[in-house]
Amino acid sequence: MEIKKPAIAGTVESSDCLVSVEPGDGKIDFSLESSVANQFGHQIRKVTFETLERLGVDNVKISIVDKGALDCTIKARIEGAVYRSADQYKDLPWGGAIQ
Amino acid sequence: MINAVGRDIPEEILKQTGKEVFQGSHHFDGAEVRTESHHIKIRNDGGSKVLPSIHDALVKCGIHDGMTLSFHHHFRNGDRVLNMVIEECHNMGIRNLTIAASSMGPQNDPIVPYLDDGTITNIRSSGVRGKIGKAISEGHLQGLAIMASHGGRVRAIKSGEVKIDIAFIGAPTADDYGNLGANGGRADCGVLSYAAPDALHAEKVVAITDTLVPFPNFPQQIKGIYVDYVVAVDSIGDPTKIASGAAKPTTDQRKLLMAKYCSDFVAASPYFKEGFTYQTGVGGASIASTKFLADEMRNRNIHMALGIGGMAKPMCDLLNEGLIRELVDTQDFDLEAVRSVAENPHHHFIMAGEYASPLTKESYVNRLDIVILGALEVDTHFNVNVVVGSDGYITGAQGGHPDTACGAKCTIIIAPIMQGRIPTICDDCTTVTTPGEDVDVVVTDYGIAINPKRQDLIEAMKDTDLPITTIEHLRDIAYSITGKPEKVQFEDRVVGIIEARDGTIMDVVRQVKPFSLED
Amino acid sequence: MTCINPNKNRLRRSMMFLNAQKPSLLKDPYVYKADSLMFDLEDAVAASAKDTARFSLYHALTTLDYRGAEKVVRINGLDTDLWEEDIRCVVACGADTIRIPKTESADMVKAVEEKVEAAEKEFGRPVGSTLLMAALESARGVMNCYEICKSSDRMIGVALSGGDYTKDLHTTITGTGVELMGARQHMVIAARAAGVQCFDTVWTNLDDMEGFKKDVRTIKMMGFDGKSIINPRQIDIVHEIFTPTRKEIIFAEKVIREIDDKKAKGIGVFTVDGKMIDIAFYDGAKRTIALAKASGVYKGDL
Repeated sequence: MEIKKPAIAGTVESSDCLVSVEPGDGKIDFSLESSVANQFGHQIRKVTFETLERLGVDNVKISIVDKGALDCTIKARIEGAVYRSADQYKDLPWGGAIQ
Repeated sequence: MINAVGRDIPEEILKQTGKEVFQGSHHFDGAEVRTESHHIKIRNDGGSKVLPSIHDALVKCGIHDGMTLSFHHHFRNGDRVLNMVIEECHNMGIRNLTIAASSMGPQNDPIVPYLDDGTITNIRSSGVRGKIGKAISEGHLQGLAIMASHGGRVRAIKSGEVKIDIAFIGAPTADDYGNLGANGGRADCGVLSYAAPDALHAEKVVAITDTLVPFPNFPQQIKGIYVDYVVAVDSIGDPTKIASGAAKPTTDQRKLLMAKYCSDFVAASPYFKEGFTYQTGVGGASIASTKFLADEMRNRNIHMALGIGGMAKPMCDLLNEGLIRELVDTQDFDLEAVRSVAENPHHHFIMAGEYASPLTKESYVNRLDIVILGALEVDTHFNVNVVVGSDGYITGAQGGHPDTACGAKCTIIIAPIMQGRIPTICDDCTTVTTPGEDVDVVVTDYGIAINPKRQDLIEAMKDTDLPITTIEHLRDIAYSITGKPEKVQFEDRVVGIIEARDGTIMDVVRQVKPFSLED
Repeated sequence: MTCINPNKNRLRRSMMFLNAQKPSLLKDPYVYKADSLMFDLEDAVAASAKDTARFSLYHALTTLDYRGAEKVVRINGLDTDLWEEDIRCVVACGADTIRIPKTESADMVKAVEEKVEAAEKEFGRPVGSTLLMAALESARGVMNCYEICKSSDRMIGVALSGGDYTKDLHTTITGTGVELMGARQHMVIAARAAGVQCFDTVWTNLDDMEGFKKDVRTIKMMGFDGKSIINPRQIDIVHEIFTPTRKEIIFAEKVIREIDDKKAKGIGVFTVDGKMIDIAFYDGAKRTIALAKASGVYKGDL
């Protein structure tokens, strides 16, 4: 998928995260600010890259402000931001690119 | 060197502190220990002990670099005394001080700059909440922060391991002879328990008050015979923040769930019988479990002989109702408790040493049947951490946790299995404060784990409907939801010591390493 | 369409609403032990978060173990452009039941059923595995209750949504229950006639727990199967009221044993505690024991 325009999804409430995406310059640019970075920083990065790969996104600036979100929430917020950026709200690939 | 809770204590720290590693909670039982005392400057003039300012008191006490100054934390988040004194020391250019406080917290945030400039280079405290904890963890204290339990602190003072040069005792009321009261002033704190050992053992004792009353001041908790000087200031504490523990009964269903499990456990235990003794914290779940337990006491016509430790309204209510015979009080968390200890003849002030010191002919904690405590982390060895957050920062205090856990016949920890994404039940605590040998039961929102060494309790719970499980199972559930956390990265430098109540080293706290993603 | 979900008639004393947009609520609501968790994509979710709530719901339901609680999802109304994608998401993530809001006719249920079946086929889920329930939120919906109950084999039951219904009725929620009397009575009769369950509306005033208890007792007496709730604090109260008393359980046991015993002997007259009882007591007694078992208070061998 192509990141066409900047988009965000999520909140900075406890157990949530705020994901921002914008068009990249040829690669995945990842930045993270997390209240649990010491314990889960690498895991969050892993989930982010896996999610982007499933979505076929390889050219994006993605930044995550995390307040202790579980992996399932991080995935959901990334997908939320990416599909907003693509303006796609119907016929989503549940169980396919989204899983 | 590996200690009894499996922690590797660096040799240089043993050498630097002259301490031994922790060898078990009962290693020194029966040992004979000589206590130390202090110098007294004989005074025979019958005159007033009042001095015009903290500055004068410091001068009179011969303040100089490298001294140890002590403080108590009865004014909790409203305390102004510690900051005032340290501020004055700083203005006088004093350096290299050791603070020996019974505890410190966010009220002391203003003195953080004095760590960096060398005014304060060592800290002894029950623990450190707020910005000072963060500053210590980031390496801003030149020396060491030694965290001791309330009982351990009294032991250290009484044994002479900690020599207090000047004790500053914030007192809600004082007369010019130095008789100190905890009630009847503008910043009442109910009791002065944690200041008592300082008054008995410090070289110099300075009372700081904002309510100077006519001689003789009664009732008094610290007697004038121990006090060298009295200083009156505008305000010793913010009364609204002293009683900040006056929490409304919790409506948090998770806490209530744990509280119900906890009180059902207590009620099903062999310790719940006429004349039992009990201590609980002031967290929402602890208070709620006291309330549930009270229902069971009424139903089965069982009375508590003695309630011990920090007090808040729920325990005072039970005293008034006649469900509790006596309360011995070391700290008051709300105005109801302050009022109760002042007015109710069955609600008594006791000194910190009476409460919890291991260096006595037995303290009250040894008479506890049941204690209910909180935790930041509990590991699968039942070791508990209450001082260092899972992110590696010092963020809590030992308080009476290890003392009561060691003394009580049944030690119950209440904690949810996770807080946000941080698993509370884990493989290994970030730092150990209370050894697993002293922890019997862990009550969580997902079930109750009983320490396998307590087969008697496991047996006693067999026919109940309580969700009894294993600590490993609770950890597995926590990890299955949060994921298994990475080990927090620390620098090599040791910034703090978790001192066991017997003075040995339970664990060390290292400087935190700023997080960065590895490639 | 045949329903193949074996849990169609499961115990549903408490059905707790949860905002699907809030990760902190999705994490482990099952610890409070409501019978059903109702993840809301409709009113609780802000218009600006309708799309992202679906992703949260999808991953929560496919990742987390809700430990036996029924997973119900309230989708957006058929008057929006959201409900069809909601159904795709909900079926794909394996929710047990879809709650249709603002249901007014059997045709609305059929429209949902058609999309559900299509989604079941699209996502490779057994056709007939997704259950349906209908929320009645208007006078018309209440009037059509029976046909709605009968509209699909997947239908587990109907739930009253008191807020909107009372507006439609030109009144408000008064706390007395007077304004809900007719709808409640009508719905429970229709549901029983159609052989489905019937659930009551929420009680929103959390400060008035006594009023809540009274309300739950009322609907229990009327014959309802359970209540929609908005806070875990309400669960224990509902369960306590819906749990058979010791006396009821003992009586039910006697009824079942007596009737089984006499029938086996070919006797057609039954007595319990010296009084004649009718065969019509049998089903009720069976229900009492089943409810007691499900509530964890029956440990006998019936």
